[in-house]
Amino acid sequence: MAEFHLHTPLSEADVRQLRVGDSVTLDGVVFGVRDGNLIRIFDNKVPPPVNWQGAALLHTAPNVKKIGPAKYEPICVGTTTSMRMDRFTEGLLKDYGVRAILGKGGLSEQSAKLMQQYGAVYLSVTGGAAAMETLQIEAIETVYWEDLMPECIWQIRFKGLGPLTVGIDAHGGNLQLDVQQQAQQKTAELLKKMGIA
Amino acid sequence: MEVPEQFYTQVEETCRDLYIQSLKEIPPDVVAAIRCAAKNETTEVARRIFSHYLQSIELGREKNMMVCQDTGIPIYWVEIGGRLRLDGSRINQAIIKGTERATREHPLRSSIVSPLSRENRQTSTGHRIPIIHYDFAPDSDVLDILFMPKGSGSENMSFMKMLVPADGVKGIKRFVLEQVVGAGAKPCPPTIVGVGIGGSSDLCMTLAKKATTRPLGSANPDPQLAALETELLNAINETGIGPQGLGGRTTALAVHIESAWTHITCNPVAVNLQCWRAERRRARLRPNGSIEIGF
Ligand code: SF4
Repeated sequence: MAEFHLHTPLSEADVRQLRVGDSVTLDGVVFGVRDGNLIRIFDNKVPPPVNWQGAALLHTAPNVKKIGPAKYEPICVGTTTSMRMDRFTEGLLKDYGVRAILGKGGLSEQSAKLMQQYGAVYLSVTGGAAAMETLQIEAIETVYWEDLMPECIWQIRFKGLGPLTVGIDAHGGNLQLDVQQQAQQKTAELLKKMGIA
Repeated sequence: MEVPEQFYTQVEETCRDLYIQSLKEIPPDVVAAIRCAAKNETTEVARRIFSHYLQSIELGREKNMMVCQDTGIPIYWVEIGGRLRLDGSRINQAIIKGTERATREHPLRSSIVSPLSRENRQTSTGHRIPIIHYDFAPDSDVLDILFMPKGSGSENMSFMKMLVPADGVKGIKRFVLEQVVGAGAKPCPPTIVGVGIGGSSDLCMTLAKKATTRPLGSANPDPQLAALETELLNAINETGIGPQGLGGRTTALAVHIESAWTHITCNPVAVNLQCWRAERRRARLRPNGSIEIGF
């Protein structure tokens, strides 16, 4: 398993070199997104207010302190379960050119196929370890759609975010799904052993 | 024993502090279990994840930072000592106010919205939130408040089934195992698996949640249930889901079962998962003004 240090925005070549299990550390701007703002983009058809070509998106809703108009200081910024936002993968990759989705828990088989097709990856952030991630923030540069607080779009500049684990690569690999499928098989065996088949 | 007037203010301030501190200091039994699980992992990925958990625990304690971003659903378990004479509705108000003050004064992200309009009052409170459970302790002059900011990643992994008596204990085992495996990475494993057995549907679910608040290392006093806890824990940890569902040896830190008697035709089972951070914080208040903080 290799270690990578990448800068956003990401190119297709940046992400195509990654394989599941690799570790990635990211520098540069990462956009915080989640349910509320993605629903506005895709269901209410309001295009994102910022260019996402090559972008890395983080599933999050941070704890912040307001220090001025559209200016916030991070208090605690972590990640949230990605699967809730699974149905937005295609639009993000196809319509807006996103190259990396960051979150926890993984995405579906369908998302993995789309990532292979468009050249994108899923980077697994360690859920619950937000204190560590918060210290990797240089600044919250700006925020869009403040009316959705805390589900706004957050433009966050990181220095050394990670190490993240490649959960889905651009070659069809999906680590969390593999683990899940093995666990399902193991469960069938265990139930038999426990006399419950 | 009649509580003095300032007792209600004390409850309010204590609830504010419990909320904030619970997000920053992981209970010692949980820290010990995470340390122990970290040593047991063999793969690079699982070790990496556990090292992130331990780093965040340290930062919480040493830099006074929130360990996880999720401020959760505020849940209080209140036990009222039988010798106390107090105004229950004022205690209720004080708990709600303490929750709002934590959110405003720290400040904390308010994670509470109206279920349909999704309106957020930015106070961590709303209709019927915080959730406050009341119980009574005989011969005691203590107001015991246990607080948990229940994270949504694990709370979304809650399951309940009205099994029938013919499904027996086998049906219970199957249900628990299948739900924990199905939840996979989502609840931020390793989890504490809370299991409710018996009661009515609502009580069964409450018991599953209450089971997650038990300190690690505690077994159910009923030997049959204690044996079931161990059997299920071993099976769950053989599934290999591991930390963050990325594969590994520890998928659960414990299985805790709480039970109640039920109807002759019923065999209810519920599962409620608690994430690795397993945050909880307790205060024991006495009418003489003393406050003991624990977990
Ligand atoms: S599941 Fe728990 S540890 Fe994970 S992000 Fe949510 S609250 Fe934090």
